Amino acid sequence: MKKDLLSIADLSSEEIYSILDTAEAMREIGERPIKKVPTLRGKTIVNLFYEPSTRTRTSFEVAEKRLSADTLNIAVATSSVVKGETLADTALNIEAMAPDMIVLRHASSGAGHLLSRICRSRIINAGDGMHEHPTQALLDAFTIRQHKERIEGLKVAIVGDLLHSRVLRSNVLLLTRLGAHVWVSGPPTLVPPGIERLGVRVSTSLEQAVADADVIMMLRIQQERMQGAFFPSLREYFSLFGMTVERVKRAKPEVIIMHPGPMNRGVEIASEVADGPYSVILEQVANGVAVRMAVLYLLAGGVEVD
Amino acid sequence: MSRRLLKGGRVVDPANGRDARLDVLIEGERIARVGRDLPVDEGTTVVEIPSGCVVCPGLIDMHVHLREPGQEHKETVATGTAAAVAGGFTAVACMPNTSPVNDNAGVTEYILKKAAEANLARVYPIGAVSRGQKGKHLADIAELRHAGCVAITDDGHPVATALLMRRALEYAGMFNMPVIEHCEEQILKADGVAHEGFCAFTLGLRGIPGEAESIMVLRDISLAELTGGVVHIAHISARQSLDAVRYGKARGVRVTCEVTPHHFALTDEMLGAPVPYDTNVKMNPPLREAADRDRLLQGIADGSVDVIATDHAPHHYDEKHVEFDRAPFGITGLETAVSLCLDRLVHAGTIGLPRLVELLAVNPARILSIPGGSLADGAPADITILAPDLRVTVSVARMRSKSKNTPFGGWQLRGGVAATIVAGRIVYVNEDVNLRM
Repeated sequence: MKKDLLSIADLSSEEIYSILDTAEAMREIGERPIKKVPTLRGKTIVNLFYEPSTRTRTSFEVAEKRLSADTLNIAVATSSVVKGETLADTALNIEAMAPDMIVLRHASSGAGHLLSRICRSRIINAGDGMHEHPTQALLDAFTIRQHKERIEGLKVAIVGDLLHSRVLRSNVLLLTRLGAHVWVSGPPTLVPPGIERLGVRVSTSLEQAVADADVIMMLRIQQERMQGAFFPSLREYFSLFGMTVERVKRAKPEVIIMHPGPMNRGVEIASEVADGPYSVILEQVANGVAVRMAVLYLLAGGVEVD
Repeated sequence: MSRRLLKGGRVVDPANGRDARLDVLIEGERIARVGRDLPVDEGTTVVEIPSGCVVCPGLIDMHVHLREPGQEHKETVATGTAAAVAGGFTAVACMPNTSPVNDNAGVTEYILKKAAEANLARVYPIGAVSRGQKGKHLADIAELRHAGCVAITDDGHPVATALLMRRALEYAGMFNMPVIEHCEEQILKADGVAHEGFCAFTLGLRGIPGEAESIMVLRDISLAELTGGVVHIAHISARQSLDAVRYGKARGVRVTCEVTPHHFALTDEMLGAPVPYDTNVKMNPPLREAADRDRLLQGIADGSVDVIATDHAPHHYDEKHVEFDRAPFGITGLETAVSLCLDRLVHAGTIGLPRLVELLAVNPARILSIPGGSLADGAPADITILAPDLRVTVSVARMRSKSKNTPFGGWQLRGGVAATIVAGRIVYVNEDVNLRM
């Protein structure tokens, strides 16, 4: 693997499968009475989070701890960033303490690339602006494969705010790479120009996008900034693009419903769907730990897991 | 009076219909004669122009940010004019978005005083359209004119409202001053940082559509038609904008426009490679896609583009060494423009040297109503000697500009500057060219 994981584009298909296969082994560790292996003992991993995050940060932290790494969490509010330090200076100061990896979450697209250029430590992108969230796409692929035993040939519908979503970008890159048929749907105001060049089908008809789908992936709507600007009201959004039980019925009978979280119930997804039999949303969270263990392990150089 | 004879170069002087092997005799600060095999009088220094070199009227960059007063950590009049002459420019027109803004005679005079101290390229200040460039009240335009400003602009931003733009065109028309317009519909641009298209999408960068520029170009052309005023559209980047300018010209509107070297040499694919999220390819207007670049090249060739100007926008390393969306817009341009023009326009076969001299010297002088652009007898001896076949590797370390924010470092280009002469004085000689001045 490359030094850093900044984008799904950094990974070959073989590397993606290697991560997914390794994650299977990692999941087993999480089922043991003592959920810890000494694999990354002596490795220092810094979780540098410039944006609030519950799921991703705790998921990385649990993954690091299960692999016995020494972990350090830096959240923006408690750091010297509030004193005006630049990202580059913060990174170099952390770097001076010789960590092995830095897990970065940042509001600016490409923040990880900046760190990658100035740090010796391996950089893992845990979400950069509207760009990418590669470990989310990997855990989504892991979850899909768990249920469908394959990714190639599946119809995957991704619905919601396509324009601002880093989850969308990473997932489209990964799923098209592995041969899935990806459909995306959302109001035209939230469809990025040129998205079809990534090999996806675009439809403003949710019904068309989800018809006979094997997988439906809902994206989060940022309520505060969306309403009145990109669509008239949350009510109207839900009426056109909200995932309801009725709409799920258009998909294949064994469809799975995914969401990267945090969910807005009643905005992009009805509670009956989120909590219903097709929902694998909490499995995604559980799998996130195993997939991140796999990524950390493989990036650290693939030392033996016992 | 000192006399210097530039002997045997190819003289490209389109304003006087010349493109031939001629001698140029300089007496003091002026051109005395241009002709074939001029006699050499006693006391005349003879400069043999190496074969392949081109003698042309001094190049004029009508869109430069010298940053002084107020942002001397980025550039000063002294460092900016040093960069200018090293880039082959004998004159620059500097934008008013300094701190304080050049909206009064005091600032204009300060800039001119600094230029006189530096004594390198000629400096023509451009005044603000509105006080503080805030888009509310007209600046004291007659006062600016009197102090030495050659045009007005709120560059950095468009003139805020159609009404203010109308009045600026009407009022400046009294002095035959063009209004230079940075065209951008700011609400449509929103918080965009890159051209809206596939590259920006995949990189997760907020987009700015070409129409954010062309809408404003159309507004300003309409207002120039209404008022009979003179508008010059700065740094056109979008194909729609060039179409708008063509429309205006076809209607007889007094509109001209400029294109920067980076917009004809680069596209938005530079956002992703070779250096992803390189803040040295972040500028406003943004690098656009190949279809836009190709249309600009077409406009440069067919005459609908009037001027090549650099929009030289120095920024300190610290300001650029940040996340892409937090970095300021702009790159330097004075020291790379000639090489990019020769390599990408002339050697690529888009235009010939006479057309290039029109774009870089004749037309800027005409639009700003300033001396230059001509090697006529008696004209100021502002001369650029080009070395069109010189192999140039762009060296950031050697640049005179105080700032190094250029994406062209390490580029290998064909064509460069051999020497620069301002008012008969040799202000720059390129040591890579075998030229004995």
